[in-house]
Amino acid sequence: MNNTTALLGLDPIAIGDLIWTPLLIILLKVVVVFVIGLVATMLMVWFERKAIAGMGNRIGPNKAGPWGLLQTLADGIKLFFKEDLLPDRADRFVFKLAPYLAFVPAFLVWAVIPLGGDFSDGKDGLVTWFGHATRVQLADPPIGVLLLLALSSVAVYGIMLAGWSSGSKYPLLGSVRASAQMVSYEAALGLSIATVILLAGTLSTSGIVGHQSSFADWHVVSTGVIPFIIFMLAATAEMNRPPFDLVEAEQELVGGFNTEYSSIRFGLFFLAEFMNTITMSGVIVTLFFGGPQGLFDIPGIPGAIEGSIWLIAKVLVFLYIYVWMRATLPRFRYDQLMDLGWKILIPASLGWFMLMAVLRLGRDKDWNAGLVAIVAAVVILGCVALMSTAVKVSKANREREGAMF
Amino acid sequence: MELVVFVLAAAMILVGGLGVVLRSHPVHAALSLILTLFGVAVMFVAQEAHFLAAVQVIVYAGAIVVLFLFVIMLLGVDRTEDIKTEPFKVQRPLAIIVGLGVIGLVTAAVVASRDVVATRGSGIAEPAMTDPDSNIRQLSRSVFGDYVVAFEVTSVLLVVAVVGTVLLTRKVKSTSKESQ
Repeated sequence: MNNTTALLGLDPIAIGDLIWTPLLIILLKVVVVFVIGLVATMLMVWFERKAIAGMGNRIGPNKAGPWGLLQTLADGIKLFFKEDLLPDRADRFVFKLAPYLAFVPAFLVWAVIPLGGDFSDGKDGLVTWFGHATRVQLADPPIGVLLLLALSSVAVYGIMLAGWSSGSKYPLLGSVRASAQMVSYEAALGLSIATVILLAGTLSTSGIVGHQSSFADWHVVSTGVIPFIIFMLAATAEMNRPPFDLVEAEQELVGGFNTEYSSIRFGLFFLAEFMNTITMSGVIVTLFFGGPQGLFDIPGIPGAIEGSIWLIAKVLVFLYIYVWMRATLPRFRYDQLMDLGWKILIPASLGWFMLMAVLRLGRDKDWNAGLVAIVAAVVILGCVALMSTAVKVSKANREREGAMF
Repeated sequence: MELVVFVLAAAMILVGGLGVVLRSHPVHAALSLILTLFGVAVMFVAQEAHFLAAVQVIVYAGAIVVLFLFVIMLLGVDRTEDIKTEPFKVQRPLAIIVGLGVIGLVTAAVVASRDVVATRGSGIAEPAMTDPDSNIRQLSRSVFGDYVVAFEVTSVLLVVAVVGTVLLTRKVKSTSKESQ
């Protein structure tokens, strides 16, 4: 067996001898994914500012380019030419390293998201470019979804080290908050993905997309809506977006973990944050909404392009939802954030995972469906009652001891 | 290809490992540990143990070292320590003895069981290209099948540790009225 192919992932194009055409296609994919990532981020910043301005009855960016489209480019150029400050008490190496630790994982997630493909008439998403069958995604490693989790856990370091290496109190507070928040919500994130993996029966992202061939098979429907809601909330907290943006609560922390950063290093954090929003929307669409799988055939457009159109449409919906949440929801208090994560999301995702596993086992073993449902409902109610009693008792204990929250 | 990957990953592991021991700054030492863990993850990928590589990064680099850093930052011990002074006198000679002993044992084990490893290893190889999930399937068969008791006992051990920690850090409630 050829070891090189396993290192490069499961894309059929990487199997066999690597000759010039496949190599060029892979290079082309790398460049396209990179450029799409940057351009999409640029447009996302504009979109967010414009949408929030609209919701706040303001005009928003309107000077640079048509409808202010080039505003982000102008801001980026400005950031490049600003003075790059290095605080006196900063840990120089870590201070310089941190922005890249935040930026690179955000970019790498793009590599495993299926960006299109031919799913019309039950095809499996393979397209043919220059006589070679390939997938419209940069890499399709066998551990697909786990790579997403691994990258999101690496992204914690960027924020944590940025705050610490600044050598100042407010950034440190911001980064301690951030890492506690991200580590807490990672558990809920992983457990809600587990339900999807349970149904899809594979970890690879292309396999998960291939499994959702009709609307009833979309995981948002077939897992019940609960894992999707949990994933959405946990992902918002993981990205530190409002209403969970305690990391950069500017009223309390000056600017949060990136207070001491200036110039393009700040720009990299900024870019990473917005890119994370887009990639997370892409991940949500991939896991729960069928990725490039369409609801119906768009007439007159070849199947291979249709997938990308569906994907972009779905991702745009989620981008709008994120902007909407930012414009309308007030920030959580820190104890509320931790309560939501540990006392609601993690037990709920664990319980729902068990429920789905039992239902699946019941179907495989031909158990009485009604009986399984009744027993499951009773067990769930019992667990909820136990959990809420435990929370109430511990709260009463804390109040007796005189704690604030 | 395999040799290049091995040399690079081994260099990562060694540089990281030396960094953990030699860097005088706790945070830098923790970062070196991450480098080592990533090197091991690369080794796993090169051996086609993709699942182990992902778990290595998620659990060790993503959770455990984050908690190390967390503790270092919260306790405020994040300043350079002089590694010339020694808190316990016997520690260093003992560490050298144990280190040499482990190296000797591992080398002896590998040399002694070279033939056995080679023959057994060919038996478990399942083509990963035909079935991308074979890694996970084999792991779960042994964890939840052959070794399910050991697995459950380990999880009980972890729960005991967590409960113990919570109990140890709690104040005694009955005296709280008088102390206030």
